[in-house]
Amino acid sequence: MSDATAPTVAGDAAAATRAEICVVACAEVWRDAGEVLASPIGLVPMIGARLARATFAPGLMLGDGGAMLVSGTWAIGEPPPAYEGWMPYRSIFDLVWNGRRHVMMMPSQIDRHGNANISYVGSDFSRPDVQLLGVRGAPGNTVNHPTSYWLPRHSTRALVERVDMVSGVGNDTAAAGGPGASRFHDLRRLVTNLGVFDWGGVEGTMRTLSLHPGVSGEEVAEATGFELGAAESAEREIPETRLPTEEELRLVREVIDPKGVRDREVRS
Amino acid sequence: MPDGLPDKRMSEEQVVAELRSGMTLGIGGWGSRRKPMSLVRAILRSDLTDLTVVAYGGPDVGLLCAAGKVRKLIYGFVSLDSIPLDPHFRAARQAGAIEAAEYDEGMLFWGLYAAANRVDFLPLRAGLGSDVMKINPDLRTVVSPYGGDELVAMPALKLDAALVHLNRADAHGNAEYLGPDLYFDDLFVTAAERAYLSCEEVVPTEELGTVHPATMRISRAYVNGVVPAPNGAHFTSCEPDYDRDEVFQRAYVEAAGDPERWAEFSRRFLDVDEAGYQAAVAELRATGATR
Repeated sequence: MSDATAPTVAGDAAAATRAEICVVACAEVWRDAGEVLASPIGLVPMIGARLARATFAPGLMLGDGGAMLVSGTWAIGEPPPAYEGWMPYRSIFDLVWNGRRHVMMMPSQIDRHGNANISYVGSDFSRPDVQLLGVRGAPGNTVNHPTSYWLPRHSTRALVERVDMVSGVGNDTAAAGGPGASRFHDLRRLVTNLGVFDWGGVEGTMRTLSLHPGVSGEEVAEATGFELGAAESAEREIPETRLPTEEELRLVREVIDPKGVRDREVRS
Repeated sequence: MPDGLPDKRMSEEQVVAELRSGMTLGIGGWGSRRKPMSLVRAILRSDLTDLTVVAYGGPDVGLLCAAGKVRKLIYGFVSLDSIPLDPHFRAARQAGAIEAAEYDEGMLFWGLYAAANRVDFLPLRAGLGSDVMKINPDLRTVVSPYGGDELVAMPALKLDAALVHLNRADAHGNAEYLGPDLYFDDLFVTAAERAYLSCEEVVPTEELGTVHPATMRISRAYVNGVVPAPNGAHFTSCEPDYDRDEVFQRAYVEAAGDPERWAEFSRRFLDVDEAGYQAAVAELRATGATR
């Protein structure tokens, strides 16, 4: 990774770190989401979801990691201030299948068409090279409600031409699965430590939306196991990921993540 | 019993004596949460083998795999929560030692619900487009008779027996959970021919439901055996009675990575009866390891 510290925000707050830029990029996936459950997997998305609710997505619902829905803004690792609801697993499936949720999952592999794998690595399901978590809720999530992904280490190991197992359904597999699969299928974004991507390229393929400050297109291309689709306008330069505002930095540093766990996931 | 209802209390060994090799067993709880571990430990000590296990898997699945009890596993995941993966499950899968049917978590829910309702299948969207359809070649879709989408026809997951662990029960099999989540314990019990319920405490019937009536989610109509098992979910969590024993869970994972240490772990914690297990846990805790 090149430059560790991004340029300063407008104003005189200390320069935002790469992790903080990732937090804001993750938060952005929930902008204007309305009253839906945000289900972030991973530390940076978790901080991002709390930041989004504290700023530009006040309608979001957030869980405590167990069965409770939390109100207010609270710090990672600290007890929540108050509960606003009870959502045991049984109710989670009601909500997933009803579509009022936007999940951000952390794939082990993800491909050009947005297929994601959290199940196993290898070529034979009956005897995997590496057993991972299992598909968990990924098949159901991806065909029922908006899905984004977070990848703290953008690498050719993770961004592959074709995933070993489709756990989260991509654009091509959703289309092949028929209207039942594609009706509510809605892939939004991939945020990595290098940039922000979506699958709005030709035939639903992955393209670059923005690069984090200090990241070059070459660096991303080298760390990606397939050719990235051109942004909608090849003539236009790919923009930089937006910087956190002063207020966002304050919330992240003082309120939501005072212990700095974000740096564990994204090294500066 | 004064109220004329059968007293269904029994020991872990008595439950195991009612099980048979080759059975399909459903195990309640979720990951490393409120698992009927004392019943699982009794199975480890038994001659039972060739089991098909249906679970939102945790160390129950890992231990049964390590003991060679599992022929087939039906699951959505096998996790220890604070540790992402159970090491024995990973090892068994990577050795190709067990037949695996991996489903979306919601498909598992729907399969249990279908069995509980005595229908062959229930339709759902989850699974469509994913490789769950490929790794489960018997899985079929169903065209809506009302003109809607073609959906997955999740087959009923019929269980020969279910094992669950609740906070409190009476001797007849009425039971309540006092933690944040029932998980799918009610469905495991209802989807099974026979259900065995261990609990932290057996109480008089009138003491159930005093916190809130909604806690009384298991009915005696489905329950064949009630096993008094204080600390029976250890080392998984059983809120509010106790949290997960993270120190013990780490010790389990570390031992699993090394044959010699696993032999030592087995000798100390698994080759003993439940009282011996609980004594060994207490001893471990007394020697400085804390939760």
